[in-house]
Order: sequence, then structure tokens, then C-alpha cells
Amino acid sequence: MRYKITIIAVLALLIGLLFAYKKGVFDFKDDGYAQLKLPETVNYNFHIKPVLSDNCYTCHGPDANKRKAGLRLDLETTAFGELPESPGKFPIVPKNLRESMIYQHIMSEDGDELMPPPDSKLALNAYEKRLIKKWIEQGAQFEKHWAFLTPEKAEIPNIVTSDPIYTEWGENEIDGFILSKLEENEVHPSERSSDETLIRRISLDLTGLPPTPEKVKALLDDDSEADISKIIDSFLASPAYGERMTQSWLDVARYADSHGYQDDSYRTMWPWRDWVIHAFNENLPYDKFLTWQLAGDLLPDANKEQILATGFNRNHPITQEGGVIQEEYRTNYVLDRTNTLGKGILGITLECARCHDHKYDAITQKNYFEMFSFFDQVDEKGLQMDAVQAKNQKFFADPPFMTISDEETEGVLSFVNLEKGKDIKVMVMNDSAPRTTRILNRGEYDQPTDSVHPGTPPAIFAFSETLPKNRLGLAQWLTDTENPLTARVYVNRLWAMLFGKGIVETSEDFGVQGSLPTHPELLDWLAVDFMEHGWDIKYLLKKIMLSATYQQRSEMRPELEKADPENKLLARAPRFRMSGEMIRDYILTTSGLLNTEIGGPSVKPYQPAGLWEETNAGADRGILTQYVADSGENLYRRSLYTFWKRTLPPPNMTIFDAPTRDFSEVRRQKTNTPLQALVLQNDVQILEAARVMAQSMLEKEPDNPDLVKDVFRRILIRTPKEKELLTLNAYYHDAVELYKKDSADAEKLVAVGEYRQRDTDPAKTAALMLTAQVIYNLDETITKE
Amino acid sequence: MEEENKKTSDENPLKVNRRHFFSQLSVGIGSLALGSLLIPDLFRGTGAVETAAQPLGIPHFAPKAKRIIYLFQAGAPSQFETFDYKPTLRKRMGEDLPESIRNGQRLTGMTANQDKFPLMPPAVDFKQYGQSGTYISDYFPHIAKIADDITVVRSMHTEAINHDPAITFFQTGSQISGRPSMGSWMSYGLGSENKNLPSFVVLTSRGKGNSQGLYSKLWSSGFLDSKHQGVLLRSGKDPVLYLNDPDGLSRSDKRHLLDEVSALNKMHHVETGDDEIESRIAQYEMAYRMQMSVPDVMDISKEPESIIKLYGEDCQVPGTYAANALQARRLAENGVRFIQLYHQGWDQHGNLPDEMAGQAKDVDQASAALVMDLKQRGMLDDTLVVWGGEFGRTNYCQGNFDPKNYGRDHHPRAFSIWMAGGGIKPGLNYGQTDEFGYNVVENPVHINDFHATLMYALGLDHEQLTYKYQGRRFRLTDVAGNVVKDLLA
Repeated sequence: MRYKITIIAVLALLIGLLFAYKKGVFDFKDDGYAQLKLPETVNYNFHIKPVLSDNCYTCHGPDANKRKAGLRLDLETTAFGELPESPGKFPIVPKNLRESMIYQHIMSEDGDELMPPPDSKLALNAYEKRLIKKWIEQGAQFEKHWAFLTPEKAEIPNIVTSDPIYTEWGENEIDGFILSKLEENEVHPSERSSDETLIRRISLDLTGLPPTPEKVKALLDDDSEADISKIIDSFLASPAYGERMTQSWLDVARYADSHGYQDDSYRTMWPWRDWVIHAFNENLPYDKFLTWQLAGDLLPDANKEQILATGFNRNHPITQEGGVIQEEYRTNYVLDRTNTLGKGILGITLECARCHDHKYDAITQKNYFEMFSFFDQVDEKGLQMDAVQAKNQKFFADPPFMTISDEETEGVLSFVNLEKGKDIKVMVMNDSAPRTTRILNRGEYDQPTDSVHPGTPPAIFAFSETLPKNRLGLAQWLTDTENPLTARVYVNRLWAMLFGKGIVETSEDFGVQGSLPTHPELLDWLAVDFMEHGWDIKYLLKKIMLSATYQQRSEMRPELEKADPENKLLARAPRFRMSGEMIRDYILTTSGLLNTEIGGPSVKPYQPAGLWEETNAGADRGILTQYVADSGENLYRRSLYTFWKRTLPPPNMTIFDAPTRDFSEVRRQKTNTPLQALVLQNDVQILEAARVMAQSMLEKEPDNPDLVKDVFRRILIRTPKEKELLTLNAYYHDAVELYKKDSADAEKLVAVGEYRQRDTDPAKTAALMLTAQVIYNLDETITKE
Repeated sequence: MEEENKKTSDENPLKVNRRHFFSQLSVGIGSLALGSLLIPDLFRGTGAVETAAQPLGIPHFAPKAKRIIYLFQAGAPSQFETFDYKPTLRKRMGEDLPESIRNGQRLTGMTANQDKFPLMPPAVDFKQYGQSGTYISDYFPHIAKIADDITVVRSMHTEAINHDPAITFFQTGSQISGRPSMGSWMSYGLGSENKNLPSFVVLTSRGKGNSQGLYSKLWSSGFLDSKHQGVLLRSGKDPVLYLNDPDGLSRSDKRHLLDEVSALNKMHHVETGDDEIESRIAQYEMAYRMQMSVPDVMDISKEPESIIKLYGEDCQVPGTYAANALQARRLAENGVRFIQLYHQGWDQHGNLPDEMAGQAKDVDQASAALVMDLKQRGMLDDTLVVWGGEFGRTNYCQGNFDPKNYGRDHHPRAFSIWMAGGGIKPGLNYGQTDEFGYNVVENPVHINDFHATLMYALGLDHEQLTYKYQGRRFRLTDVAGNVVKDLLA
């Protein structure tokens, strides 16, 4: 009898469960997100908006043309207001799930009612549904988008526990913010890196070059305990600092030595590049750095340096294709400048609003063309001349341009590395062709509609009435300390340069669809601190580098593999591959080949033969149809001086993820591919460097028993471990024996490159060269640790 | 083992099963016979199935085609001398293009200032071929032989009127640079069939006709991972950039060098705990395998005489279109997903009769040979071949009226391409233009539709294959495109 009751009870329970299941009582358990812990307080910016933006804004967001049912969820008024097509109903009613239509729709089991609709291929997971539920229950607080709020310095968080691992760690304010997150997640920070690693890290970060072993020794001998502050200062003072900072600005500025588009002929923008190096080395404050580039020509009594800086906005591709329609391409150039401002400086995907209102961010198409209008007044043509005509010109610059002659290089433009008596023209900006800008329907040049005046998106920050409505006013708006984006975006980019990833990972997009900051208070603190210190870039870099966060070891600790595999909490320093430029410069430096000349016309180092020839449009089209490598010292210049042909950039750079420079880019991928392995093994530049290093060491000390150890030290800036040295020595001696037997092969191998040969034993040279080649190919060599 | 495969296969496809890979590798890769390197998936082990949760690497629905060979005729061959026969142009030769037909079409800077637009007849005769009765010009006697294997689409149209935006549109789905190439999308969507070769390969050649440059952005992976980038295969001794070891370094020396690099990398992996080092070791091994597999694929010395005859003698001259066409078949056999050829020289603004005859001679025999060769190997069923340029050309002459020697300007509203194999209906004539060949009057196919259709043949839904970048889900077909079901078998 008891059994029967039990069976009935169990059956009833099962039926009940089945019923409940069908009713959707267990809906939250339908995927793996059901178990995720909800935050104590659900925050609109950090929890709710990403879900709404990603899943709802396409039809219920800023874009008026695509809006359905009249529902707009990105604005507080409409998200809480009466639904225009359903009187008496409201999308969100705080603390009332039953009356909140969006909640009813996302939970609906009816395919016709369910939101997002099944045919959109979008769906909310159980966690996201629970988040929205809790947010409504907690009162559905709305906030302006986080990145559009003016940043403020928050209090440095206090440590809650008395754990000495937390309380005794930290060097400056930055660590306070990092530590508080670590503590919250019960993760310990890492200890400080070794002096050698740290000096190599700082040197790579600030100069893009490895330190020489001599410099490391001198720095360490200077004081028994390395004085990091002094070390940082010494690298910041090096002229290589300006080159390193310029390298990444060239991607933002889409700098190239050719016009791009199909004929891709020559242009002389390199004096602008020389100015950037100079500006960084002089530590021109970032607000001025931007102002000069955007509007140097409009400054009162603008000098030639300030005008040269405006070349920034002429770095875009320019067509030389005979049949183009002038206005189509002129429009393209203005679009490019507008998009570059968005992506490169404001960290906003402005270009999305070219054809329609932005689908995610509160930027209308009208706002877009108001920004466009700032750059629409240039006295320029879509097509100045085709490639055949351009080939026969004395100068390689389309109007408007400025001339640089001896007079300037002896005066205000002394930093331009120009040969005496060789005048040059550089493209710059002007506002000499006033135009009425019109909104272009669908962004098409031939569909102008309403006229607009220069202006900026009010959602970001209001454009003050007192500002001039030109590029200078735009620059003042950008560098106003109330502007919520400019400082945040740049601080974040410098952070990304040092840590491999920004506090906002999508450093090009601070909009609603971009990633959220991992440490929002830290980002804001740094942005405000940066502005308080007069937009001083060197100050900011040093500040970050003095933190214990930056100086940690980079080894992955076993407990972190689970707790924080992506290193978002920064419980250790990052470890990531260097850029192609940095790798090449690293090899040139350690081999002793690097030519440290600064600036001047771009150079043509080794490149696999025939590349330009195979894809050009025929020999008479332009002047960049054949690649003729330079010889002598020009082969060993830093990589930022390598000639950049936009349609076929240097392959040993693009293989390491360099962008083409067809448009502004702020973040490079960090891939790991077989083609990279081939470059490192077979690029003449690298083989030659290994050979030259081997020869110079053998020439100096042919019988040095520590040859291998010294090569290792030169390249990796540390002493090899016993095991490492053992295997490398064995490798070297095997190779010597092998090449002794086959001296013809040894001679062939060491013949690589045009650099002067030295009279050293071929077998030993070949063997030591391969040993260096082994080390050049190590992951550690091309990685910043 | 199966578990292990599942676990790792959703990572970077190029480093699929790297742990598993090492367990196999420990027997020593150097001891493997060279021939075996061309067996696809040798290193994937058995049962390497992508997990269901992983949307990439598996088609959305049953594919007809596994790969695409795209014979791009760069510069834009005239439809009036290839596949769109317009006798009216002969009848009305020299007459001005009626304004009702032009109907507001914008013109390039090269003809915008012409006060007359005199109609020009085809420079060559046409005949009908095959059961399908397809009109093909006398410039293409070999393609005429495969009339029933191909489907001519005469109703292609685009918006671009200049080469750079037009070819960029065809290759990336957008006129503005920066989007991934279609080959990259396919690599992203379907992964690689052969881990020893790149999944997207590019070959270029040039005819004597007026040509336009090519640019690496056409085969760039844009915002997709750069492993999906097209790899330029070049004629000559260095078919992939930096592929060749330096002189004086034997293959066994190279193996020693790699083993040494590997040994030191492994020590450092233990020190740092960074799995990226493991991945780097795997990339080095793949590079080592590519050094053998690529030259092997490109070596045509074992191709029989009959094949050389089929493609024409030119196929023995590296860097010619014919050599590249033969190469394309060999790459297809070896599991390359997307094989992109470009033949430059089709931009006939002047001197059209002479130049087109020469360009056609470059490509006619080898294009037809490729289709026949694939067919005789049973590969045409799952290989989709496409032949065509970036836009069409005007029915009127550029410059002064001279029936003996003239050129045609760019025309976006109507042009012809053909496709064969891989799920495309054979022997079809699709779409029609008006009697002037100026406007499409039946079944227009836009570039977005063309992309959607190719993707469909490969089993990919063009609306589902997306990549989120800068907050937006991007597609090859952007916000448009319809699969042209009529074209599918």
C-alpha cells in the first residue's frame, strides 16, 4: 500500500514537473547560462544595455528608418513611454514584470510574440533574461552611455582583507584599482619581474628596440637595486622613443608613401612623418598634437610646422584612375577624414552613420554630415591627374600642398631630414573652397539632400556656441577637458600598447557595441590624471610603468589558468608577440646592423623579387611599378622608414598583421601563422643579420669558448639557463663538424646579404650563424615578456 | 582521442588538434615519405569532427560544391565580343545611343564629355553552340566546345563604374576597401580541407591588353583572422614568399635547426606556461610541411602529354594563364577551398579588336580545358568554376567613330559571366538584355545575388555567415543579396 502511494506520489510529481516544464517554469535552465551568478545590483550600462544593444537596437534603436512598432529602447523617455502603436501599454514599467512588455515578449513561448523574433537568428540566453528580470525588479534605472559621461577621478579603492599579499603590494594609484578587482576575485597579483626582463620590457615599450647588454649592465651597475624611475627616464629621453610612438600613429593616420587605389603612384608625405617623430620626442602635449594635425593651418599666425602637421588629413588614398567622377572621389576623401576622426581619435564607429542613422549609438546621419562638413572645405579635386601624367611631374603632391626648402629645414622645420637643395612639396589642409555640405542620401555622393552646418554629435558632448565652426573649433571641442572621449580613448590606446589589450578591448569602439572597460574607474582616473597633467604623454607612460601592475612577472600561474585565462584582471603582466616592425628592428639591433639615422625619404630594404612587377598595371603607369632595393646603409634603417606602397605593403610586415593603410586602423591582430615562421627562417634581412653577428664575434674573439653564450645574451638580454646552453652548444658544435666536411655549403650559407664579408672561418661562421638563427626563431625573442 | 579532437577543433583551424598533433609528431615528421604530405588531413587524425556548437567549419546545409575556382578577367572584358550577341548594334552602327536607353546612366570621366555615343557592332562574329544554343563569339572556339557544361549569365549588373571600386566590390562585397575577400569568407565559413596548404590561394597572370593593377586588398582577410587571407602563389622558384631555405642549408640541416628551435621553445613553455608557444611550434611544423607540399603541388612535370595538349603549350610556361589554370586544378585536387586567378589586360578603351583577340587567345583554351579536365576526373560536380570581369563595357565607342579601331568604356548596368559545375545548372542561358545590350530586361543578377548564390552552392547561408566587428555583424552580402535558385541544379 505504501508503495502504491509512493508510486502515485512520484507519478503525480512527474506529471507536475512535466506540466511545469511545458509551462516554462524551468525556462531559465534551458542553456548553460542558467547557473551564472547574477550581480548584486544590476547596472544598466554594464549589464543591460549590451544585451539590448546587441539584440534589440537593430529594430528598436537609434535608426529611425528601421524602427519597428515605433519602439525605441535606447532612450529613457521612449523606453518608459507609452507604446505609440499599443496605447495603454509600456515597454518597461519599473518593478512591474507583468506590465513590462519587453519582459513579456522576451519570455514568450509564442513564436509570433517572442522577441527577438526567431527569424532574426538572435536569441537571449537564460542569464540575459534573468538579468533583465532583476533589473526591472530593482527599479530599471537608466543611465547615459558610460563613455559619454565626463570622466571623474574616483576614490582609490581600499583593500578589505588584511591579507598581506594584498596590503603589501602596490606602487601607485593604478595598483589600487587593479588590486581591488583581484581581491574581489580572490586572485593574487604576481611578484615583480627580474631586472633584466623589466629593462627589456621597458626598452621595447618605449623605444621599440631591445636594450644592448652593455646598457643593461650599466643600468644595473648604477645602483645595486635597479632604479626603475631613472631607467624609464633614460629610455624616454632616447630619440628612438619618438620613432616607436610614431610607428603606431602611422596606422591611425593611414600613412603611406603611395597614393593607393589602383595605380598607386608615389607621394611625398614623409616630412609629415618626420614631424610626428619630432612631436613625440619634444613631448608635444596630446591636445596640441591633435590640434595641430586637425587644424594647424587655422591657428592664429600658424607657422610652417603647424601647417605641416595637417598633412595628417591628407594621408588618405587618392585616386589616379583616369575615368573617375571627380565628386565621387572628393567625397570619398572627406568621408575618410570623418571616419578617421571617429575611429582614430574619438573611438566611435562614426562611419556607420554615413548611410543611415547609427543603429547602436546615438549618432544620426545628420550628425555624421555635420562632422563631415568640417573637412568639406578643402580646395582639392577628386582626381588631380592620372598616374601617367603624375609620373612626369617634378613634385609628388596634389594641391593643396606646402613647399619645404632649405630655408625651412634650416629654421622652423629643422627636423625634416631633407637633402640640401632638394625642395619638396607635402600635401596639407586648407579651407579655401567653402562649400555647403549636404546630407547624402544613403551616403552616395550623387544624392545630396538637406544642407547642414559644421557640428558635433550632441550625445557625445555639446559643441559650444563660442567655438568657431571650423576645424579649429572641432579641435577645441575635442580637447576640451569635458569631452568624454578624447582622453579616455588615448589613455586606453597607450594602455593597450603596453599591455597588449586596452582597458576597453575594442580600442576603436567606445560605443554601445564596443566592449566594456574591465576597470572603468581606473580608465577614468587615468584619463583625468592625463588631462590634469597637461595631456603629457611621457608623464602618462611613466605613471603606468611605475605601477606594480606593469612590473609584474608575465608567467602564467597554474591557478590563473582557471581564474583568469585571458588575463583580464592583470594578475600577471601580459606576454605577447611583437609587431613585424619591432621584430625586424630587434634583429637589426642585436646583430649590430641597425642604422639609427632619423627621418628622411622612405627606404627600400630587401623584399622578395618581382612582387611589384607582377601586379602593376604596366610599366608606364606611375613610378612604383618595379621594386629596386636600396643598397648599403639604407638596408638597415628602422622599419618605420620602409617604403609603404599601399596596394602591396612590405610582405614581411603584413604577414605579421600590419594593416594595408588603406584606412585608419588602431588595433592590430596578433596572429600566429606558418607564413610568419617562413619569414623568420628565410628573410634575407634576418639571415644576413645572423651572419653578420656571427662574423663580428668570430673576428673579435675566434677562440672565445663562450661564443654561443654571448650570442644568446646579445639576442635575449639574459644569461642562458644551463639546459639551454647545453643544447645550444651541442647544436653549434655539431654544425661546425658538419660544415667542416662540407665547406662549399658553408660558403654558400654565409654568402647571404650584401653586407661586407669578414675573413672568418667559414664552418664556424656558418655554425654560429645558424645558432643565432635558432635564437632569432625562438618564441621568446619575438615576444615581449 | 575523439574527445580530445572535439576539445581542440574549435580553436584556430590551423592549429587544430595541436596536442593530438604532437602525439603523432613524436614519431618524427622527417621520417614520413614526401608523397604522403599531399594526403589531406594526414595530421588531423581520425574522427576529427567539429562540434555542433561550433558554427564554423561546417556548412549550413548540404553543399553541392566543395570549392571554387574563380577565373577573374581583370579589366572587364566586353560582353559584346564574348557572350551577349547584339545584331541590332550592327544594323544601327554609328547611330547615337538613344537617350531613352541610356536613361540617366552616369558615365566615367573618360566619356562624360563626348557629345555623341555612336553604337558599335561586335568586332567579331557569333555562332550558337551545343544543345543549349548558347551564343559565343568566334574569339572563344574552345569555350564554344563546353557550351553545354557552362551557364552564361548575361544579366549581371553592378553600381561601380571604375576599376578599383568595381573589382573591390566583386571580391569583397563592398566598393570600399577593408572588407574580407570572398575567399576569406569561404575559408572562415568552411575551414581548410588540407592542413598542409592554405585554404585560399591567389594566382596572377597578365595579357598584352591594356591592363589595370591588382592589389593585395583584393585577397585580404579584412577584419577576419589573417589566417583566412589569400596566399599569393607565384611562378618561379619561390612560389610562396619566403618558402625557400637559404643556399647551403640542406633539408636535414633544416630539420635539425627546427628541432633545436622546438626543444628550446618547449623549455620556455614549461617556464612561462603560455600555450601560445605550443601553437608557435605547430606553426613551424606546418611551415616545414608547406615547404614540401607547395612545390609538390606546383610541379607539373608528371602531368601527361594529353593534359599539356588539353591546356595548350603555354601551360608549361610558368606565370601564364594556362599554367595557372592547370595549377588551379592541381590545387583543387589537393583540397584548396578557394582558388582565385586573375588575368590582367581586359581594359579595352581603345584598340579593342586587336587586344580582345589577344586576351581571348590567352584564356580561351585553358579555361575550357580546366572545365573538361575537372569533368573527366569527376571533380566538376563539386568544383564551381566562375569566369568573368568586374563590369561590362559600353555599346558605343569611346572617342571618335572608327569601325576599324575603337574602344568601349566601362558599363555597370549589364554584363556577362559564366559559371560551371558545383551545383550550377549546366547549359543554361540566364537573363537577358535589351536589343542594345545596355539594360537588363530579364532576371537581373546583382553582385550581392551572385555572392549569395555561390555561397549557397557551398552550403552556406549568406545571411547566417556573419562576423561581428566594431559592434556590427558583417556579411559578404552586407544587407542585400538573394540566392538565384534558377541557376542551381
